[in-house]
Amino acid sequence: MFRFTEEEIRRYSRNIILQEVGGIGQQKLKDAKVLVVGAGGLGSPAAFYLAAAGVGTIGIVDDDVVDLSNLQRQILHRTEDVGTPKVDSAARALSALNPGVQVKTYRTRLGAGNVMDIIREYDVIVDGVDNFSTRYLLNDACVMAGKPLVDAGILRWDGMMMTIKPREGPCYRCIFPEPPPPGVIPSCQEAGVIGAIAGVMGTLQALEAIKLILGVGETLTGRLLLFDALEGRFRQVNAARDPNCPVCGDHPTITELVEYDLACDLPFGVAAGSAERKIEQ
Amino acid sequence: MPEDVQVHRELDLKGEVCPYTFVKSKLILETMAPGEVLRVIVDYPPATGNVPRSMESEGHKVLAVNPAGDGVWEIIVRKKD
Ligand SMILES: [Zn+2]
Repeated sequence: MFRFTEEEIRRYSRNIILQEVGGIGQQKLKDAKVLVVGAGGLGSPAAFYLAAAGVGTIGIVDDDVVDLSNLQRQILHRTEDVGTPKVDSAARALSALNPGVQVKTYRTRLGAGNVMDIIREYDVIVDGVDNFSTRYLLNDACVMAGKPLVDAGILRWDGMMMTIKPREGPCYRCIFPEPPPPGVIPSCQEAGVIGAIAGVMGTLQALEAIKLILGVGETLTGRLLLFDALEGRFRQVNAARDPNCPVCGDHPTITELVEYDLACDLPFGVAAGSAERKIEQ
Repeated sequence: MPEDVQVHRELDLKGEVCPYTFVKSKLILETMAPGEVLRVIVDYPPATGNVPRSMESEGHKVLAVNPAGDGVWEIIVRKKD
């Protein structure tokens, strides 16, 4: 009689009651595929809330293993997960929360060679990386593939986010055409980050993804949302698509994926023998 | 309820409590055509207030809430156009 099982009706009742969701919206969530890149500070709350909401398929990309210093903010992982691949502990946590969600894991580092293949089957991409190399790669790939990208970044007590709908609004490069030179912007490892700021911004990313799937509300397209946790203040900066943008502009000059070999991408993993390992957020 | 209202769907929710009374009614209403009429049977007393209120807030027209036997009520609602 119902399109949902008795268990689903109970699990998702607070969603279904909402006018903007209902059974129709819940079905959209169930049919949706969201890729969360990075099972770290941002990806943890984002993936948790997407799984809780009943997003049917969640992909997780991460090549790292859980480190004790991650647990201050990366709430998908537990102390006993230290040393295990993040994608594995993420899958365990998400399945434990909601066994109805299909979790697909990619224990790899996104690069020019695999990013298009991985994002292809997803409806929405959530950027939970904290290195500029992958951030620009993901931006360019999503613009080329026409995939909505929910971008966020965190540092210290600050967070920033925007939703990129290719050609409907600005992409990351419209606002920041090139990555900053290495060393200009410190990593969380150097500068520190308060765990709850990852919670705020990652949760906002989950909300954006849910709005995109449901087609409700106003997404943060063409609006940069800035959160200053110390002051307890949100700010918004409007941004427009740049017709001269090198990737989403009218005459793009970047037509193939580029990977930046930024020195600031190296530090943490070098000692552990992985020069490729990204700085964890 | 006026005698001549045609009921298109019936939903027996005896034994069900809030908010699932409304959730299940909503799920059925979504599958019906605009203007069609749903008759919901409940035996959970608070549902006789909660369900009509939620239906109205979603824009549907509650035509009647009537006792329908021992500890049982019927809620008649017309789906919004
Ligand atoms: Zn652009």
